[in-house]
Amino acid sequence: MNFIVKPSRENIKTYVPIGLLLVSISLIDVFFNAFFDFNLIGFLPSQLSYFSPLILGFIGFYLIRIEFSGIRSLDILNKNINSNNFNALLTLFTIFIIIKSIPPMLNWFILDANFIGNSKDDCTGDGACWVFIKVWFNRFMYGLYPNAEQWRINTAFLTLFVIVGISFFVSAKLKKYFILFLVFVYPFFGIKLISGGSFGLEYVESAAWGGLSLTFIISAFAILFCFPIGVFLALGRRSSLPAIKYISIGFIELWRGVPLITVLFMSAVMFPMFLPDGTFIDKLIRVLIAITLFEAAYMAEVVRGGLQALPKGQYEAAKSLGMGYWRMNVLIILPQALKLVIPGIANTLLALVKDTPLIFVVGLMELAGMIGLAKTNPKWLGMAMEGYVFAGLVFWIICYAMSRYSQNLEKKLSTER
Amino acid sequence: MGKIIELKKVNKWFDKFQVLKDIDLEVAPQERIVICGPSGSGKSTLIRCINRLEEHQEGNIIVDGTELAENTKNIEKIRAEVGMVFQQFNLFPHLSILDNCTLAPIWVKKLPKKEAEEIAMKNLTRVQIDDQALKFPGQLSGGQQQRAAIARALCMEPKIMLFDEPTSALDPEMIKEVLDVMVDLAKGGMTMIVVTHEMGFAKEVADYMIFMDEGKIVERAKTKEFFENPKSDRTKLFLSQIL
Repeated sequence: MNFIVKPSRENIKTYVPIGLLLVSISLIDVFFNAFFDFNLIGFLPSQLSYFSPLILGFIGFYLIRIEFSGIRSLDILNKNINSNNFNALLTLFTIFIIIKSIPPMLNWFILDANFIGNSKDDCTGDGACWVFIKVWFNRFMYGLYPNAEQWRINTAFLTLFVIVGISFFVSAKLKKYFILFLVFVYPFFGIKLISGGSFGLEYVESAAWGGLSLTFIISAFAILFCFPIGVFLALGRRSSLPAIKYISIGFIELWRGVPLITVLFMSAVMFPMFLPDGTFIDKLIRVLIAITLFEAAYMAEVVRGGLQALPKGQYEAAKSLGMGYWRMNVLIILPQALKLVIPGIANTLLALVKDTPLIFVVGLMELAGMIGLAKTNPKWLGMAMEGYVFAGLVFWIICYAMSRYSQNLEKKLSTER
Repeated sequence: MGKIIELKKVNKWFDKFQVLKDIDLEVAPQERIVICGPSGSGKSTLIRCINRLEEHQEGNIIVDGTELAENTKNIEKIRAEVGMVFQQFNLFPHLSILDNCTLAPIWVKKLPKKEAEEIAMKNLTRVQIDDQALKFPGQLSGGQQQRAAIARALCMEPKIMLFDEPTSALDPEMIKEVLDVMVDLAKGGMTMIVVTHEMGFAKEVADYMIFMDEGKIVERAKTKEFFENPKSDRTKLFLSQIL
């Protein structure tokens, strides 16, 4: 066999089987090594044995790199992961890293992890101590909300899901009323249910709210209010009336220029000092307003991007049909501009959801905050890893769902082909 | 006969550059006027002043007895009576052709939806794209889009139609279908002001020709006279180049 000969269609019958065999040996070696701690070619000198998978895989990939081989799957493979020597190396490294990292991950997350028990002492394995999450789960979801009253939070969210669920299946005409209800009625109903204080419900102060439910409450309210405010600011910034224009610019630039953590701190600590004696605004409401205005400034700039992307002809066509400013914007301009910037809007809203943990600076504990609190509990020291992995996973699920939804919306609304 | 459009000593500047110089123009109802001239001569600006997509700085523009001035209500009233067709169609891409046609009648003229749809279908039939009513603008050819844009303007039942180079952005084989619609419209007695380079169309329908150059009306003449016996040298030169 002559290795100098370049692989081509003439010698495909010998090169491809040999190449595939070498690649397989290389991968199987790494696989056994990673999963069973067993070295297939351990009889070789240690250095050679260490690098052998790489060398074998590399030679194998070289042998199967045949242009226009006539075998469809081989062509696809060569084109995508084996187009030249460098790519072949990258491919090998990537596969090795994936294979190598699976066993430790698997061990930590599942195989060596502890699921059973109710204290730290039950965690005897080397892996994650999921007992921590299990024991604290209730707190991670509801914060310091009294256990006996948690059905109120459940009811509030369940109602929301049911209404949203139904609204997907009703006719377009009814849908309008569902949306109006969700935007204008439901938030107040939900808040009243959770805070209580009337209708025979025990009052639960907002300082006791927390956990994932607080993450949802803050995100939902901020999204609900920052969106319209942002749209108005964007229109205001492009207004021909100087007063409105400069107020909008000033507002946007002020809020965009300040870190959220500062804004939150100001809202909680400084703001009450300016209020007259005896007036009191709940801390949660102050924080909500702060986050809303902060994100509205970002939203305004995203929406403005969409407004600017529309051709001037759309404005002129709307005007030439006798539409005034509001009709033109509501019927013609905004539907198109908002559709254009759905990715940007989703971006801002995702950032908003992920910014909520910052409310810890004013003493409110949503999911990540509660985890931070739980890991400093003397009985549960050293559980930071489990806690934050869990928080990361929950946030990822929320954000990925939002991202998918925005992509669907984009697809559904696209009329241009 | 009364005048439906009257321009008196209209002047307009873009910054320091004067685009319209002492324009005087009168249009009677049912008159059809074609404006031609080299690019940059101000012809588009002139007709865009008539529905105030551009503001003039000096002089008076009176449309159907209403003076165009700062008053927003007046402007919107006039725009609802003056239909405009653009070079780039400017259909609303997020709405179907039918919705493009019914939107303004429903929201500006406050017609009931059913009535607006009847008017829309009547006009779409008139421009022969009634079979495309439920499609979106992006699915139509250029010629179909421009005809839809004409139908959209007609749905407001305007007294005057302005055409700003309606065929300039079209492929040659689509120009005819749009011109046919415009000829049909002219024969129906619509007051029209058309900026175009289509001299065949001008000869067929125009009552008057206007030739503009450097912001001024150089020549205004009956169509036949304009083509057979132009007075100014500038007009002769222009005609010799495009005919």
